[in-house]
Amino acid sequence: MAHADADGSRSGRHLHEAALKRQHTREQWSILSLVVPAMIVIVLIILIPLSWLFYLSFLGDNGGFSLENYHKMTQYKSYYRIFVTTFQVSMLTTLACIALGYPLAFFLAQLPPRWAGVFMLAVLLPFWTSLLVRTYAWLVLLQKRGILNEFAMQVGLWETPIKLVHNMTGTLIGMAHIMLPFLILPLYNAMRKIDRDMMHAAANLGANPVNAFWRVYFPLSLPGMVAGSLIVFVLCLGFYVTPAVLGGGRVIMVSNQITAILENQFDWGAASALGVVLLVATTFTLYVAARVFKFDAALFGRD
Amino acid sequence: MNWWSRPAADTQITHGRRLWLYVLSAIIMLLLVAPTLIVVPMSFSDSQYLEFPPSTWSLRWYEEYLGSSKWMRATATSFQVGFLTMLVATPLGIMAAYALFVSRHRATRAIFLLLITPMIVPVILIAIGTFYAYGRVGMNNTIAGLVLAHSALALPIAIIVITAGLRSYDLSQEQVARSLGATRTRAFFLITLPQIRFSVITAALLSFLTSFDEVIIAIFVSGGANATLTKHMFAALRDYIDPTIAAISTIMVILSSALLLLTQFLGSKGKRN
Repeated sequence: MAHADADGSRSGRHLHEAALKRQHTREQWSILSLVVPAMIVIVLIILIPLSWLFYLSFLGDNGGFSLENYHKMTQYKSYYRIFVTTFQVSMLTTLACIALGYPLAFFLAQLPPRWAGVFMLAVLLPFWTSLLVRTYAWLVLLQKRGILNEFAMQVGLWETPIKLVHNMTGTLIGMAHIMLPFLILPLYNAMRKIDRDMMHAAANLGANPVNAFWRVYFPLSLPGMVAGSLIVFVLCLGFYVTPAVLGGGRVIMVSNQITAILENQFDWGAASALGVVLLVATTFTLYVAARVFKFDAALFGRD
Repeated sequence: MNWWSRPAADTQITHGRRLWLYVLSAIIMLLLVAPTLIVVPMSFSDSQYLEFPPSTWSLRWYEEYLGSSKWMRATATSFQVGFLTMLVATPLGIMAAYALFVSRHRATRAIFLLLITPMIVPVILIAIGTFYAYGRVGMNNTIAGLVLAHSALALPIAIIVITAGLRSYDLSQEQVARSLGATRTRAFFLITLPQIRFSVITAALLSFLTSFDEVIIAIFVSGGANATLTKHMFAALRDYIDPTIAAISTIMVILSSALLLLTQFLGSKGKRN
């Protein structure tokens, strides 16, 4: 078509290209406009309220800009203790999840897919069950005259009931149980993607099973483990229900303190400031992790 | 060669040598499942105290639950809010997931990150933030307010599930329909949607469950006649151990197990097709 009339065809093609391009752009925008309703929900529920809290956290008693809400945090020892508790609980829960989750994920990843699917129900059932129900279950199990104490005394492990709940122990047990699926699921997915030929090759080259595991399999499973651990750690930082119920007022994490401030003092500035610190800690952890481990592919299956 | 000394994996390790792994995994699976199931026998106990195994059995806690107008109203609210959240989050999730999947626009990645923020932001912040904002516009203690907030929580889950569905589907089928003269909308509803229906149903069920099980936002934003089941349960757990909770928990465990098995069933069916 292009050879008929040199001058006319060129301008015609230009017109054509421009029209196509315009049409393409218009279509791109019309497709993209489908996300608008979802974005409105996120803006209304997340962005606007969070910006408001951010603003409130910098509001002083006199109504002007001030850092006093943040300054308070460095002054009082109670705040320091809350940050330490939050970090401690999150760290210990994550470690417990790795210790329990790695072997189980490994076991599941070794099974034929059909059987893995069946045993996976053991991970998915608690994952789908309300966290309130599971917290309640642990309250029942761990209480003074609860099943665990009765059983241990019958077997002779200890003589008088041990205080297992309304303290740190109970909180950690409950949180590890609730968080375990969050570690196992990404770890299992990562393990499934490990090329089986790698282990064949290791065995062929003379590695014994233990050596092959530690020098080939484990390093390959690390990204999945890191991704899972980070999800667990970050979710723990903002945990509220389990420490509130199983901690019995003795385990105060940041979220519990935020509610306490609002319930007792109705101090929006102080509560918001604490919330901003929590949010910054959470996003910072995720940001660094995403930078260092490039793990969002493992998280969302997207690159 | 018996099972014991047969190789179990590519490294030729035998089942016998990794027996410890099987035992350990069994224990961990038991630890995962048992606490969830323990509430079932507890709920049929006749005792005021939570003894195990119950010495006498009865349905009194179920009667208590079914006979209480407070619990009944809360249950109705939770179902209503869960259902409405499902109706909001699923179509919005489909639209967003489809747009982000098909679009080649530069902004898609940023938009995706924005849409999954409810998964990253600690829920307590969403709770107090919406509580404050709703206070300004008079939306606290309303069904609409709770549905909107729960929809924000459910959206990232719906989007991720549906995106996974789209990824395992061949989009060129839709292009064929369009080249044969169907509009994009028509091609989507006739060709694409039926093929990703299992992910859509899973997303809908998860949206419902996200709302139904949600505690923290409900504590702040719901109240009065519109308080949810979880809000009352949380209050009851903090103050004393009421065996009625065991009965309610049992019902919730049955509900979530049923939904879980349904998605597993749909998932295997979806793979076969």
